[in-house]
Amino acid sequence: MDAPGILEAIVALVDGTVPGFWPIVGLSLAVTLSAVTLAAAIGLPFGAFLAIARFPGRGLVVVAVNALMGLPPVVAGLLVFLLLSRSGPLGGLGWLFTPKAMIVAQTVLVLPIVVALTRQTVEDLWREYAEHLGSLGLVGFRAVPTLLWDARFSLVTALLAGFGRASAEVGAVLIVGGNILGHTRTMTTAIALETSKGDLPLALALGTVLIALTLVLNALAYGAGRIGAQNAG
Amino acid sequence: MRDTSSILPLRVENLVFEVGGRRLIDGLDFGLERGGTTVLLGPNGAGKSLIMRLCHGLVEPTAGSVRWAMPGGRRGAAKSHAMVFQKPVMLRRSVFANLTHALAAVGVGFRERRRRAAVALDRFHLSHLADRPARVLSGGEQQRVAIARAWALDASVFFLDEPTSQLDPAATREIEATIALLVAEGRTIVMATHDLGQARRLADRVVFVVAGRVEEDAPADRFFTTPASPRAAAFLAGDLVV
Repeated sequence: MDAPGILEAIVALVDGTVPGFWPIVGLSLAVTLSAVTLAAAIGLPFGAFLAIARFPGRGLVVVAVNALMGLPPVVAGLLVFLLLSRSGPLGGLGWLFTPKAMIVAQTVLVLPIVVALTRQTVEDLWREYAEHLGSLGLVGFRAVPTLLWDARFSLVTALLAGFGRASAEVGAVLIVGGNILGHTRTMTTAIALETSKGDLPLALALGTVLIALTLVLNALAYGAGRIGAQNAG
Repeated sequence: MRDTSSILPLRVENLVFEVGGRRLIDGLDFGLERGGTTVLLGPNGAGKSLIMRLCHGLVEPTAGSVRWAMPGGRRGAAKSHAMVFQKPVMLRRSVFANLTHALAAVGVGFRERRRRAAVALDRFHLSHLADRPARVLSGGEQQRVAIARAWALDASVFFLDEPTSQLDPAATREIEATIALLVAEGRTIVMATHDLGQARRLADRVVFVVAGRVEEDAPADRFFTTPASPRAAAFLAGDLVV
């Protein structure tokens, strides 16, 4: 296999000669961004809560969340599969083999990353801010909005880490999505499929596009972070 | 002159604070009337900062009482006493946003807090820094912003915890001038310092603290000329007091 072959495959993908490429990219992005958004909505407040709350068993929760950052995607996929399968507790929703199931699975993967990194960031900031905020009467959870806002540049990195995990994984979306063309096929599942079919240029081209997208997103976030950090000190 | 009769006098009675079996504040009594500058003087580790934190409500005493004349004055944001820390805490926002954040925290409405923040910055000649990120300012500027932030809250009592200990002489002079401004407005200053020169320059009253107890409580001129306690005399003479 040679470089012109990959290049040809990329050109064919991008100019629409390969049908269904752009929907695959679109679905990948839609699923991953939805999962990251959901994980942010749940994980940022929960991470901040863990940072400032003191309760029995807190250490256990922190360790568990940190450990879950390494949860294998196939295991997460399996759990969500069991949950959503027809005989499972949420089988009635009929989400299995739909993008919704893929979003759920990726949220499960991203959430521990967002919670753990938010907890760490907010805890450090809390140590610095506690007395001033306490002086203003912002004690306990009343301090959370201030802390999340002032940690915003670090938290963008946490969300990016979550995005990286979700966009790169194949196991979970394969199990709960089923890799159905035009319905639940994402870039990663397509790469796995094309590789096993032996269409290496197509697989490599898809991989290149995936990496390029991730690179662009990270560059944007880095730039935004730099500008923001300059303005906030 | 502002009416500050509502929260003063402050009565601190038999205050005790222990942590891990160590008694850091050991049966402290002291009162605070309105106006002037009260300096908590004493060696490092005497408990000066802790006394202010206890009075301000940041730390719960192990025993004893801190009673403001106004019910509920001990705690809560609308308590009209404010604290400025040794190392000013600047939020990761602009100077202006640091002030509006504090005002928002105590429940001031959007337009009113913008107005009050602008007035406060103008009052302390900080308007030119309004849009700068607070954390890139110099130490002296940050401390002035911290004082302006407390002033914007319209506090009648200011607790200043070694406000100049990390500053150079020029910045220290600016802070001391700012404190004089507050006093001239009829606000009550409680300041901790271990700097004798600063105590001489600013104090109307000295509360000399050693090892968590009030060793001597006297008007400044008398304290510096004829200290009553041997430890105060030793401290004034430049000896180490423990």
